[in-house]
Amino acid sequence: MTNNNRDFLHSLWDFFCSLKLTMSLLIGLAAISIIGTIIPQGSLPPEYVQQISPAKLKLYTSLGFFDMYHSWWFILLLYLLTVNLVACSIKRLPHIWKTINEPVTVFGSGLEKSLSGVVSLSSSEKSALLKDRVAAFLKAEFAEPVVTEVDGDWHMFAQKTRWCRLAVYCVHLSVIIIFIGAIIGSAFGFKGFVNIMEGETISKVMSRSNEEIDLGYSLRCEQFSVAFYPSGAPKEFKSILTVLENGKPVPDYTNARVIVNDPLTYKGITFYQSSYGNAGNYYFTVTDLNGKNPVALTVAGQSSVNLPDGSSLHVVEATKDVSQFAPGMSGPAAQVELHAPNGKKESFVVYANHPELNIQHAQQHGTGPVIHYKGAQERMYTGLQVAKDPGVEIVWLGCLLMVIGIYAAFFMSHRRIWVRIQNGIVTIGGNASKNQAGFQLFLDGLTAKLATHISEEKKP
Amino acid sequence: MTSSLLFNVATFGYLISMLLFFAFLASRKTVLGSAGMFAAYGGLLAQTFALALRWKESYSMGIGRAPLTNLYESVVFFAWTIVLIYAILDIKYKYRVIGAFVMPFAMLGMAWAQLGMNNSIEPLVPALQSNWLVYHVITCFLGYAAFAVACGISIMYLIKASHEERGEGNSSGMMAAFPPIKVLDNLNYQSIMIGFPLLTIGIITGAAWANYAWGTYWSWDPKETWSLIVWFVYAAFLHARITKGWVGKRAAWLSIIGFAATIFCYLGVNLFLSGLHSYGGGK
Ligand code: HEM
Repeated sequence: MTNNNRDFLHSLWDFFCSLKLTMSLLIGLAAISIIGTIIPQGSLPPEYVQQISPAKLKLYTSLGFFDMYHSWWFILLLYLLTVNLVACSIKRLPHIWKTINEPVTVFGSGLEKSLSGVVSLSSSEKSALLKDRVAAFLKAEFAEPVVTEVDGDWHMFAQKTRWCRLAVYCVHLSVIIIFIGAIIGSAFGFKGFVNIMEGETISKVMSRSNEEIDLGYSLRCEQFSVAFYPSGAPKEFKSILTVLENGKPVPDYTNARVIVNDPLTYKGITFYQSSYGNAGNYYFTVTDLNGKNPVALTVAGQSSVNLPDGSSLHVVEATKDVSQFAPGMSGPAAQVELHAPNGKKESFVVYANHPELNIQHAQQHGTGPVIHYKGAQERMYTGLQVAKDPGVEIVWLGCLLMVIGIYAAFFMSHRRIWVRIQNGIVTIGGNASKNQAGFQLFLDGLTAKLATHISEEKKP
Repeated sequence: MTSSLLFNVATFGYLISMLLFFAFLASRKTVLGSAGMFAAYGGLLAQTFALALRWKESYSMGIGRAPLTNLYESVVFFAWTIVLIYAILDIKYKYRVIGAFVMPFAMLGMAWAQLGMNNSIEPLVPALQSNWLVYHVITCFLGYAAFAVACGISIMYLIKASHEERGEGNSSGMMAAFPPIKVLDNLNYQSIMIGFPLLTIGIITGAAWANYAWGTYWSWDPKETWSLIVWFVYAAFLHARITKGWVGKRAAWLSIIGFAATIFCYLGVNLFLSGLHSYGGGK
């Protein structure tokens, strides 16, 4: 390998190990993520396409702005973050590992200078006795020390919660684990959708990318219902579902209740209550302005039907009892939309129990036919979101690790105390990986206690 | 006694507390600082009772849910958490004067909620009927509140630091009431050390709820994305402290930017971005 090459690799390694890169990536990701919250993502609403200029539309499309969180440059930033994370850890871990597992047990003068708040006590007792007493004291008040003799002097080292120095790596590892879970989920899972009529059975669902996915079993919708609060606001959407294997109901999955916030999972695939509708028939009678020549008319679900005069009609909404919306009236009513052949569009309500209102409306609006509502045969369907995500457990594992790691990184501290006994002088110093000020207070208290301890035991 | 009345008492308490802290800043009379803290504690107590009472009221109306589910309730809860976090810092560190930069957040929140919002208790739509809502909202708002406190402290840091740079170090007047910049820097870090884990748990509980209710733990909707933006900014703050050239003023700015992003995540997303998503609806 040439020198140049080595230099290049070296600076590349340094680049990936640098915390300045970390800062740039974190702030850069924060700033860039804003784009996708301002520009619509996924399938664009037609209103948006109309208001934006074609040149801009083309530019944004080619930059991937309309699906930016899956664009190559956003993913690249995430990969860079991962590489940065791994490189930083590789660079620092050996040093941390040494701090944890090969501590400095001798309290030399170099170490002493690096510590602040070192205190010395004097005692007339013999070194060996003093050593035992101080060691016992440390064991009782802090942690059992390692005792070493060097040139007739005694050195002690005691420490607590050394493992918490690894907490930061636990947090960083958790980020990578979450990424792995997300990648597994997008590679081996799917998100889809299915509508099931009451009484019908399906075995395939449609994925977001419009592919048919075979469930490997069947699902029947027994019933769908909506409950309302007295104010008319929806209270509960409920589907009753049955899972079938080879056409036979599965015992524990028969007539299972699925509501919003309470899905059904079978063989790794989960079904979520998402939408609903009525695909049943609506019945009408159409007459002349003077009530002659009645013609029966059936409208199926959301579809449109042509009237004798060439206009088309579809149902926007219908109710069995209009009195909750219009006090003083009764019976079924439907809101219909009428498209005249000349392109005119109007929306109005027709009633079953109030034919005079239907006639009145038609008279006010020209010559058109009179429309009477007769009622509906309800046939509800339920709309279910379908998802399979084999990576989700890994993501939760990563999250758990992250929370534990952050807790340990912030609120636990590796505390170390060194003691040297030399010619009747006891020197004490120490430090902590977090909250040094708090530790210093603790150490001052400990030293004061040791001072009285030494002088007391000497008396008898 | 109704919860609404007690909320007014709390608002008033926070207002008095804020004014006392301002007077403390101007006069440096310790008794004013203590009185300000006393008013803040009084307001906190009144608001705690008010929250419990509103919860109980919802049960007697037959609705029965935690008071955390609409804009009014969230603003009120936010104000409560800000004062709570401030009280914790006060008990631990006793730097009263920070109240002058923290209580205004709580006071403004309460005043806005009490004067400008509809406070009726309404039943929950199906999408919100879940216990995850409670865990999610509580952790997120405790996190937000810690960031609000950190933001107030960072503003103090910047004021004090620029004062010292101009050579007015051994200051008299208002600056003497400020803690030393080293202490402010540390308090900023301490607050974010409270806020960051809470925000992390808040995002995770939100993801868990989304996964439980819709089958996707992450769908990059504007609210989720903004919470991640906030998280990135504070992760940057945490690393700033160990990066050369990023300590001090820059870190304080990061904390302020982080709180601005937090407020946008909380209010801006609903006020501006959802509007963008209903293209041309009203026009
Ligand atoms: C590019 C990615 C990242 C790199 C290179 C990186 C690097 C580092 C380094 C070198 C440290 C100091 C460790 C020590 O004290 O020995 C650290 C601390 C830390 N990192 Fe990261 N980090 C990255 C991303 C993240 C992310 C995404 C999080 C999100 C939670 C995070 C959370 C933390 C925490 C909580 C600390 C401890 C900070 C403290 O004790 O004040 N890091 N990071």
